[in-house]
Amino acid sequence: MNLYRTDLGRARGLGSAKHGVGHFIAERGTGVALMLLSVWLVPFALRVAHGGYLAARDMLASPVNAALAILTLVVGLYHAMIGMRVVIEDYIERRATKSALLILNALVGWGAAAIGAVALLKLVFASGS
Amino acid sequence: MADATQGARPRPLSPHVQIWRWHVTMAASITNRATGVALYAGWLVFAGWALALSAGADAYQAYTGLLTSPLGLLVLIGVTASLFFHLGAGVRHLAWDLGRGFAKTTASATAWFSYVFALLATILVWVAAFAAHAG
Repeated sequence: MNLYRTDLGRARGLGSAKHGVGHFIAERGTGVALMLLSVWLVPFALRVAHGGYLAARDMLASPVNAALAILTLVVGLYHAMIGMRVVIEDYIERRATKSALLILNALVGWGAAAIGAVALLKLVFASGS
Repeated sequence: MADATQGARPRPLSPHVQIWRWHVTMAASITNRATGVALYAGWLVFAGWALALSAGADAYQAYTGLLTSPLGLLVLIGVTASLFFHLGAGVRHLAWDLGRGFAKTTASATAWFSYVFALLATILVWVAAFAAHAG
């Protein structure tokens, strides 16, 4: 992402440290994606809440719903993870604590995304048989 | 300061929160961060819901039972309000990134609008949820 840094910014040593620009763009990109996905998510959540277990399984048997659910979950968790990273970096000064929390953030975020995605895939493929 | 800044000029610091008078743009900024943190928990609830659904009817019933308990509903309503506030605040941030909306009156108006939008959208969603449940 050094591509986006101006020569002046690099020379003065006040540009973003490490991967700031990539982070900035990822935060905006996932943010816009989530705005669009919310349009699907809110009515979907309402129908799921109303329908109960069988209705929820039925809805997720549709590849479109399942794909959008997985996208929403993974993109949402990624957006949350990079946001939480900023919060940790802003408020935690002690290096060891900060590193531990950043690692925990990645583990929880990617872990929940993977578990949720596999659970949703299981529903799609199970419903075909 | 981290070692990465060695040899560089000291990085600029913003004034501490205590020397500011409270105003709506500041409140909206803090609320945006707080709702973002709350939504992290919201995504974990979503992932847990997917897991419960894949685990079968009993697990799903237990999970939705937790979510529809008074505490669970409080969490869900909080997550809904957080989602809508964060969404509105996100639109403001995108406008700022495009260099728009920085005028003091505009920034204050859009901050108020984020709160009003979050409140109305949350009420609308939960009225719809309870109406569907009752009907």
